[in-house]
This record gives sequence, C-alpha cells and structure tokens, in this order.
Amino acid sequence: MSLRPLTAPWFHGPAGHEKIWLGCAILWCFVMSLMMPYWHFRGKQNSTGEAYRVVPGDYYARTEKFVAANRVGTFKNPVPNPLTTELPIVEPPAGGDAYLMGRMWQWYPALRLRKGETYRLHLSSLDLQHGFSLQPLNMNFQVVPGYDHVLTITPTSTGEFTIVCNEFCGAGHHAMTGKIFVE
Amino acid sequence: MSTSSHNLAEPGARARVCGTTGLGVCLDAQRFIKLNAVAGIVFLLLGGIAALLLALTRWQAVHLLPADWFYRVLTFHGINMLILWILFFEVAILTFACTTPLNARLFSRKVAWTAFGLMLTGAVMVDYIILVGQADVMMTSYLPLLAHPLFYLGIILVAVGTLTGVFNFFATLYVAKRDRAYEGSMPIVTFGALAAAIIAVVTLLHGALVMIPTFTYAMGWTPQPDPGWYRLIWWGLGHQSQQVNVCAMVAVWYLLTHVVVGARPINEAVCRTAFALYVLFINLASAHHLLVDPGVGATWKIWNTSYAMYLAVLASMVHGFTVPAGVEIAMREKGYTSGIFGWVTALPWRNPAFAATALSVVIFGFLGGITGVTLGTQQINIIAHNTLRIPGHFHVTVVGGTTLAFMGLAYYVVPLIFQRDFILRGVARVQPWLFGIGITLVSFGMSFAGSMGVSRRSWDIDAQGVYGPAAHLWLGVLGLGGILAFTGLLIFVLLCVGTLFFGAKIENRPMADWGTPPALAGSQPGSLAHDHYATKGTIVLTLVFLACFAVYYFANWKALADVWPVR
Repeated sequence: MSLRPLTAPWFHGPAGHEKIWLGCAILWCFVMSLMMPYWHFRGKQNSTGEAYRVVPGDYYARTEKFVAANRVGTFKNPVPNPLTTELPIVEPPAGGDAYLMGRMWQWYPALRLRKGETYRLHLSSLDLQHGFSLQPLNMNFQVVPGYDHVLTITPTSTGEFTIVCNEFCGAGHHAMTGKIFVE
Repeated sequence: MSTSSHNLAEPGARARVCGTTGLGVCLDAQRFIKLNAVAGIVFLLLGGIAALLLALTRWQAVHLLPADWFYRVLTFHGINMLILWILFFEVAILTFACTTPLNARLFSRKVAWTAFGLMLTGAVMVDYIILVGQADVMMTSYLPLLAHPLFYLGIILVAVGTLTGVFNFFATLYVAKRDRAYEGSMPIVTFGALAAAIIAVVTLLHGALVMIPTFTYAMGWTPQPDPGWYRLIWWGLGHQSQQVNVCAMVAVWYLLTHVVVGARPINEAVCRTAFALYVLFINLASAHHLLVDPGVGATWKIWNTSYAMYLAVLASMVHGFTVPAGVEIAMREKGYTSGIFGWVTALPWRNPAFAATALSVVIFGFLGGITGVTLGTQQINIIAHNTLRIPGHFHVTVVGGTTLAFMGLAYYVVPLIFQRDFILRGVARVQPWLFGIGITLVSFGMSFAGSMGVSRRSWDIDAQGVYGPAAHLWLGVLGLGGILAFTGLLIFVLLCVGTLFFGAKIENRPMADWGTPPALAGSQPGSLAHDHYATKGTIVLTLVFLACFAVYYFANWKALADVWPVR
C-alpha cells in the first residue's frame, strides 16, 4: 500500500525483471562515468577550467598592450549594431597568447587566427559575468570578472566566426558581439 | 477541545473521515493544504502569464515585449514558477504526507501560520520589486549584477518560511510516532516526502549561505562576495531545489498510480533505497552549472558529475521502472493480461489525474532525464552551456514532469480536501494532454534552436546576424508550444478556481469517480506479488528508454568531436 503504513516485513532484495533493469541501469551509469575520464585523456575537447586571479584593471591593461603590439586591421560591422560599429583586428603569434575582453556590451578586440595553430586564449570580464559563445560552432565558456580563464584552442576550420554573449548582462546583452576570423 | 495526543483516532481530535477513502483527515492540516495550494496556483497563473509573454517574444516573428520588459518578465517567470508555485504546492504536499497517511494530527497550527505568513510576505516582496523594475537580474542574480535589497530579503523570507513549514513536517512525523498514531513503517508516499524535506533543508541552507551575504552587500554593509564562489553556492540552492521537486514528483507518481489503478511499489526496499540515493548524492548536481567555468578544474568537474552524481541518476532510473511496474502488476491482477501491452491500452487515459501522471513519467524520463544527464556530462556541456538547450531540458523536468504531476494531484486534492466535485469534467479530461503536448513542443523548439547555438535569456537573435531560418523556425515552434501550454495552464487554473466557487459540494459521499479500470472476471488481487517476471511490458519499455538514452548520449559525443580542439 502506497498510502498506508507497512506492518509486514518489507525488506526484499531485487529479483526477476527488476534485477535485470537494475543491472542494466548500473552498467549504463558506469559507462557514462568512464566516458568523461576517457575523453579527458583521449578526446580533444575538454574544459579544464585553467584560470588565474586577475584584477579587471590589470586585465584591461594587458588586453590593450596585446592590441597595440599585434594589431593588423579594423573590422567594420556590416550588421547594424550601435554597440559595436568597429573593432581592431588583432593577430596573436602562432602558439602565443591572445586576450579577449568582455564588457557591457562588446567582445574586444576582434581576433585573426591561423587554421591548425594553437593559441592560449585568455577570457575575462571588466564588469559583469558574460558568456563566450562561438557561433556557428556553438562552443560555450563562462566568463567571470576577477578570473583570467585560459582556453588552449586550435581552430580547425576557416571563416568568420561570431562571438555571442550568452550570460545575461543587462539591457544590451542580446547585441553584445565579437569576431574571430580564421585563415 | 483538542487533545494533547497527535493521534487522529483520539476522541476530540479535530478531524473528519473522508467519505471517499475512509481515511482520517486532520482539519488543521486540511486548512493549510488549502491555503498553500491556493497560493501556489495563484503564483502558477502569474508565472504562466509571464511564460506566454516570453514565448511570444522569443518567437522572433512576433517579438512582443521590448528588451527591458523581456528581461524583467523573465526574472518574474523564473521566480514565480521555480520558487513560488513549486514551494507553496510542496508545503501543501508535505502537510498532507505527514498527516493523513500516518493517521496523525498536524504538529502545530502556529508554526504553520508562521511559515505561510513568512512565505507569502517574501513572495509579495520579490514580485513587487521585480515588477517595479528594481531587480532585472534573472532568477540566478549572478554577482556583480545587483538587485534592490528587497529582492534578496524576499527570497530569504520565502526560504525561512519554507524551512519553518518543513520543521512542522518533521515535528509531525515525530509526534505521530511518539503518540502511536500508526504502527510499522511509514508508507512510501510519506517516505518520498521525507526525502524531499531533507533535501529541502540542505538546499535552503545553501540559499541562506549565499543570499545573506549578498543581501548585506546590497545594503552596503559588507564587501562583494566573489562571483565564482557565488555561482558554486547558488547552484547548491538552484539545482538541489529542483531535486526537491523530483522527490515530491516521484512521491506523487506513487500516490496517484495507487489511487487510480491500485498500484503498489513492487519492492519497497528498492524504492526507498532510490529515495535515499537522492538525499545522499544529488548535492553534486550543483556542479552541472560550473562545467565550463574558470577556477574549478577538470578533476573536480568530472568527479562531481559522475562518480556520485550518477547514483542519483540511478535512483531516477529505478523509479522509472518501479512506478510503471507497479501499474502493470495492478492491471494484470485486475485481469488485463493480454499480450505484453494489453494492460497499457486498458489504462484510464480519460482520467485527468492518470493522464497527467503517465505523461509526467514519460516526459520527465524520455525527454527531461535523457537531455539532463547528457547536457550535464562534463565535456558535452561545451556545446550546450547557456544555450536554449538548457531551458529545453528543464522545461520537461520541472514543467512537463513536476508541474504536470502536481496538476494531476489537484484533480484529487480539490474534491478530497476542498470537498467539491470538479466543474466541466469533460474539459478537465483534455487539460493534461493540452499542457503536456504544449510543453513538449516548447522543449523541442528550445532544444533544437539551442543546438543551432541560440542562447537562452536573450531578447533578440537578429542583432548578431548569425542565425538562419531553421533557428527562427524552431523559435516559432517554441512560441506555438507556449500558446498551447499556456492554454492548458489557464484551463487548469480556471477549473480549480471555478470548482472552489461552483463545484457540487461533497459531504459524506464519495467524490465523483474520474474513471478507474474495473476488475475483470478472474481478477486475483495480490496474485502476482511474488511473480518477479510479470512486468513484461515495463521491462520492454525501460529497455527502449535505455536505447534512446544511449543513442542521444553518443550522438552528442559525436557532435562534440566535430568542434575545435580545446583544453
């Protein structure tokens, strides 16, 4: 009885179909548990959460220094967007560090990367939390002020990619844009 | 005069005997079940109106609300649905589960009034401050985003009120045992409610831990808490509170399948162990929201996702078997023995409580469970975090699962506790289907748009210039599903409220029957209690479920393998 107290002894081990199902379910949970460490060592897409404490002002200075040293052009936004009409295009050295700064409401600067090269992409925010969402690939990472989040990333496809903000950050959130060009 | 004993059988106890079930009903408990259920349904309606506005805004071709109101209404929707509707209704369920099944009287009226008063005050405070535009911060209110202090204070009051109500539940369990209101072990419905109550305490303590320093920061008294720390602790509140819902929902599954079909748990020990697994391991699901966060490492993420978390998944997979298995056994004992699925077609699909329960089991399991575990896989989260896939998942757990099950419960709570038969019973029979299909469409729209990269919590997708016609089409599906689900919700609220005013009164007679499967000639109650191979239909259904799960799970690994290497 589901609604009345149990007075007879009720402790029985599983049997029959129930035992079969329990076995299948436990086995499946085991497979799912093993997939993650397996992918961590053998797969290529992992979020290791590598991060360092950083004061927003310092991160801003590092980003500006990176832009000044590596600027290669200017991106003029073809989509009408008053928040981002243009951005500097910056090309980090292959294997080097690239800095991307989230702020209300823009991803700064635009990056130019080379296919097949590996970069250490730094992400942080100057104000609120933001969401780094690379489209149309659909790769997503959290950006938190005070944390320098480092992705070791290797572009394997060429073209123009748009960074969308997918963490709510106020009235201009939906129009917060950035660009990555891969050649 | 009431006696000091909390046994309902004592002479003079403020109680009545139910004309339908023959069970004792504590009149104090009845009052607070009514109050909390009515408050819950009011907040459900408010949250539902917000939901319709949101669906009609994300449907890009309609795009109803302006940006500021979209984010305001989204905050309002989350708070009213995920916190207020659910918590009030859960306090009603707890109040029922510790009294009638145990033949006990509620521990204290004063405590119950205090709980209700605190919750209602906090709820009004939060809703007010959101609607005047002082808290456009989403339900999660991630720091450094800051709302008016009343927003946090309101949530703290709701949490303290709920804790007070949960205390009344525990105290009632204690006095019921002390005063020998019942003999033996508590029934599974009460046991499930107990698991929910324990998780609620842990959840609400996380809430206090994170909300109190945020409130004092908002007042300017203390420095800002670290945003990374805030995320970790907030999700100890945010995700665990959803496991309170899961526990309460599963308890309602056991309750309603028992009431409608006469199902009983096929193995009490296994079912109770599964509830215990929720209590022990669900805390770790908080990590699901930090899988692509900075600051917490891969080992932490993998450990907290799998080794213990999957024991909570195991618990849901156990209930996903034992609930339909209990129904199958009951139906076969009633004489519906033809083939593997003969019992399924004979089920009372026109009984709205049963339809709601069955839809809740299927939607929660096949859609909500499979997507939830997959999206919560550490690496797969890279292609899902903060996209519309996430709300696509939880709208089929907490809405298609929990809310639908609670709606099903109302089809018995209103006649049995408010003692009025439903008006417009033909409309009621359609309602769970309308709501279930609507919310399923919402989830499909969200999930597919999210797979195309459309972000959650975004007013507009055209400012980016990256989303094509397919994404717009799926947002249209979301919009249409939202209209259907809202219609189902509105019908539910109107039926409940209309019944409170115009339903035929029930006094000393059974409630009007919604339809239960009659026992056929040759039925043998209890005959299959020891036949462990009688659940042929259920084992086939659960194996089909496992196959769907595996296909979806590995398809997502394949999709992940196609994006850029990253570590």
